[in-house]
Amino acid sequence: MKFAIVVNEGPYTHQASDTAFQFTRAALAKGHEIVRVFFYHDGVNNGTKLAVPPQDDRHIPNNWAKLGKDNQLDLVLCIAAAQRRGILDEKEAKRQGKDASNVIDGFRISGLGQLIEAGIEADRTVTFGD
Amino acid sequence: MSILHTVNKSPFQKNDLRSCLNHANSDDAILLIEDGVYGALSGTEFSLLTSSSDADIYCLKADLAARGFDKNRVSDGVKLVDYDGFVDLVAQNDAVNSWL
Repeated sequence: MKFAIVVNEGPYTHQASDTAFQFTRAALAKGHEIVRVFFYHDGVNNGTKLAVPPQDDRHIPNNWAKLGKDNQLDLVLCIAAAQRRGILDEKEAKRQGKDASNVIDGFRISGLGQLIEAGIEADRTVTFGD
Repeated sequence: MSILHTVNKSPFQKNDLRSCLNHANSDDAILLIEDGVYGALSGTEFSLLTSSSDADIYCLKADLAARGFDKNRVSDGVKLVDYDGFVDLVAQNDAVNSWL
């Protein structure tokens, strides 16, 4: 079955991102397809490559990136939510005249249409948030 | 059409579980996750509400354990599931409604 995942909360402030991660991993292990993981609102903070949590803590952004890489997941950050929060990929940083970008490899920035499309393509859409 | 409702708020803080119980049909399922697992505990004002619901009620075991509770503290009729069970509930029902 095809699942679309929506994450509305950032890492460490709320359990939503952890729950979404565990759910996505379990769904993949059971042979389901993840059409897309869409990070919306504060959820875009899951895509920063500048997070440095303590070594004995889980690294939520890196865990998402690795799960994405291992399973060829489409990890999408909402562009409007990302720009408000200072989450920029190289292309957007250049376009906005910024001297740094901070989106982790494996994530990409795109628009809300990607959420709609995921909802249409997937059999189930599961939202995690506060 | 059956719906899986996920509730992630403690019923002692928010009204989501009560609203969800009022909306859920008899062929729906309700899954308590994150702080929502407090709604699964026995001996609280919510135990009666959950036990009298027509919908099947489930509770995510990992989130219950993370808050220091085990199956002995869970109301009769509430079924414990792991993440595999969560995935199965999503697949078995026609849609998912997250009470956020």
